[in-house]
Amino acid sequence: MSPPARRESLAQLEALIAALKAKGIVSEEELAARQASTDRASPETGARMVARAWLDPEYRALLLRDGAQAAERMGVSMAGAPPLGVLEDTAARHHLVVCTLCSCYPRAVLGYPPHWYKSFAYRSRAVRDPRGVLAEWGTVLPEGMEIRVVDSTADYRWMVLPMRPAGTEGWSEDQLAAIVTRDALVGVALPQQPAAAAA
Amino acid sequence: MAELAPGTRVRVKDDWPERRGPCHIRTPHYLRGRSGTVQRVLGRFANPEDLAFARPAPKRVLYHVLFDQPPIFQEGRPGDEVLVEIFEHWLEPENPAQEAA
Repeated sequence: MSPPARRESLAQLEALIAALKAKGIVSEEELAARQASTDRASPETGARMVARAWLDPEYRALLLRDGAQAAERMGVSMAGAPPLGVLEDTAARHHLVVCTLCSCYPRAVLGYPPHWYKSFAYRSRAVRDPRGVLAEWGTVLPEGMEIRVVDSTADYRWMVLPMRPAGTEGWSEDQLAAIVTRDALVGVALPQQPAAAAA
Repeated sequence: MAELAPGTRVRVKDDWPERRGPCHIRTPHYLRGRSGTVQRVLGRFANPEDLAFARPAPKRVLYHVLFDQPPIFQEGRPGDEVLVEIFEHWLEPENPAQEAA
């Protein structure tokens, strides 16, 4: 079955929006507000939340207790967004996030998911062979570290709080946020201390 | 069903509604019939199996359930785990006889 042509899809979308407006279910303003917040969402938000958690124990506790509230603290509106759970990496355990059923992703704090996150290959392999998937990303975990794969199947969305790399002592929140990549926030990569910054 | 405390051993029902007709399920196939441990109560959410068909959707308890990963696929490294959101109506006691005793 091939997808409907773009023109047909757009016509269907417009008919749907018109019907929802006519029934008073959504307004033009609500649509615009959601569009704006979707456009603003990016992994920079998640990275800043991680950097702040590395620096501020009180914020870290909040982040782990209630991710949505921690996001609101950073100025992100979580109205209408699913609850956000945060998975704390430790020296003994690494978290990897996947949605084997579809493509659930913490969009409110990471923006749009990358294409690979939605691919059948990632979704089927991450849960079965997580170490193999990580190795292909060049992510090799220290010996003895266990992996906990988090299959995002229902109403929560999940983000990883990675471990702060050694050698970043004294760094500012901006410096720290810069090394927390989108991939690190779902656990396929680890934050790396850039060689240049280490000098 | 009374709310399950963290640490409770549970089994995911070995049920396959997709073989009986149209449905929308948030329980991955690879966990059906598998045993795990309740890690945390996540809250109560409208049952997505009803929401998907625009039926009245009662709220159901959603659990975070932890499974050993290697037994599921007969491969992997001991100690690795899978943590999954599972609704209460998909969980049963790991050992029904023990429950009845």
